[in-house]
Amino acid sequence: MLKLLKRLLPVLSILAFAASIHAATTADVRIEPLAAQQGPRTLTDQTASAVIKDYLQSWQSLSAALEQNRAELLKMDFAGVALEKLGETVHEQSAAGLSTQYRDSAHDIQIVFSSPEGLSVQLTDTVAYDLQVLDHGKSISSKHITTRYIVVLTPAEARWKVRVFQATN
Amino acid sequence: MRRRLISLVVASLIATPCLIAQDEALQAPKSVAAGDGFAIQTTGTGKAALYIVGPSQVLKCDVERGQSISFAPGTLHNAGHYLVILKTDSSSDTSEMDVLPASSPSELSFLARPSRLPVGLHDGITGAVYVFDAYKNLIAAPESVSFELSNPSGVTQTHVVQTHNGAALTAMDSTQQQGADKFTARVGDVTSTRIVGQVPGDPCGIKMSTKPSPSGQQIELETEPLRDCSGNAVPDGTIVTFTETYAGAQTTADVPLKRGIAQVAMPAHNGAMLSAASGVVLGNQIHWETH
Repeated sequence: MLKLLKRLLPVLSILAFAASIHAATTADVRIEPLAAQQGPRTLTDQTASAVIKDYLQSWQSLSAALEQNRAELLKMDFAGVALEKLGETVHEQSAAGLSTQYRDSAHDIQIVFSSPEGLSVQLTDTVAYDLQVLDHGKSISSKHITTRYIVVLTPAEARWKVRVFQATN
Repeated sequence: MRRRLISLVVASLIATPCLIAQDEALQAPKSVAAGDGFAIQTTGTGKAALYIVGPSQVLKCDVERGQSISFAPGTLHNAGHYLVILKTDSSSDTSEMDVLPASSPSELSFLARPSRLPVGLHDGITGAVYVFDAYKNLIAAPESVSFELSNPSGVTQTHVVQTHNGAALTAMDSTQQQGADKFTARVGDVTSTRIVGQVPGDPCGIKMSTKPSPSGQQIELETEPLRDCSGNAVPDGTIVTFTETYAGAQTTADVPLKRGIAQVAMPAHNGAMLSAASGVVLGNQIHWETH
């Protein structure tokens, strides 16, 4: 029985990982292998899973905050520069009578860097999303966009928070 | 002839990527540097609203179509991917543009660990750097980061590392000398410094001497000043354990170092075996004989 459990352990961990990712988003998520990551230590599967889950969750917060123009919704998943910049966008949208809907449909994620003692993790994500722009509640444009993001997350009390969130060409 | 025609078509596509990538009514640059001024060309006549929309910044302005709309330096400063929309009552034209980080570094986020460690540890100090521009955009293009570790007598180690996706990492040996070392990351004129305390390592050895107390009832045990293998004095407070073994019984005393040495008095038993240790380091043993 123990042997069987040992044999099933990798499969169970993959299933658990997939289940946790599925809980964080409805988008298609592809995770690139960790092998190419630059850094002094290799992340454990559990850490990588937590980082990616919290990152995908941050898209839900971003989407809700920019759709409802509520900067406080960002605080659970963002910190530092990312929180400042996204919060500023919410205020700019609000002042201009705008709101935006970001619906992420696919992510291709690779963890590329982890700094000493797990102080930060960097990942890249080629993300596909639908952006709809509304002016005073009236849709003025919608577009399907695919772009690559560089993201840096740092550990907070109970979760990983996005500290750098930047699209790059 | 057919091959030549294909070549001409391909050449024209390469030569005019911006024009074919954008809607005719709206010509935005494909990319601009963060904080740089730029212009968006519109065609047609009448009033319209121009929007530049991204997660990191949003701009909206009323414009007259047919004009070039200029944006002053500093207006669009957050790097990212933006959707540009020109909206009239009857139409909506879009384009996409990238705002790239400014090329000159302005700020470093420097994570150095640990803040305190023993001397002479291989790859014991690690430093990671993220490079940002003046608008706090991560500079993804490769930059050379110079990591320097120096003690009060000068620079001891320098590593130059290229950033990848805006991040660079190094590992350095702690020096042989105790004290506060400066660990500096430098990109161009921008520097960030952390202090790394280097403390003596474990004692390299323990040398103990004994003598009888004036009453003759006890043995006075005393170590020589304890030093690590680099010659640094082991800090006061480090525990030295003295052990006396006699007739199958063992007596131990844990004594903190004071002014570099440890002293204790133990019962004088003829034939006792005396030893001293600190951590994993074992000192000399003395067989006590009374004459």
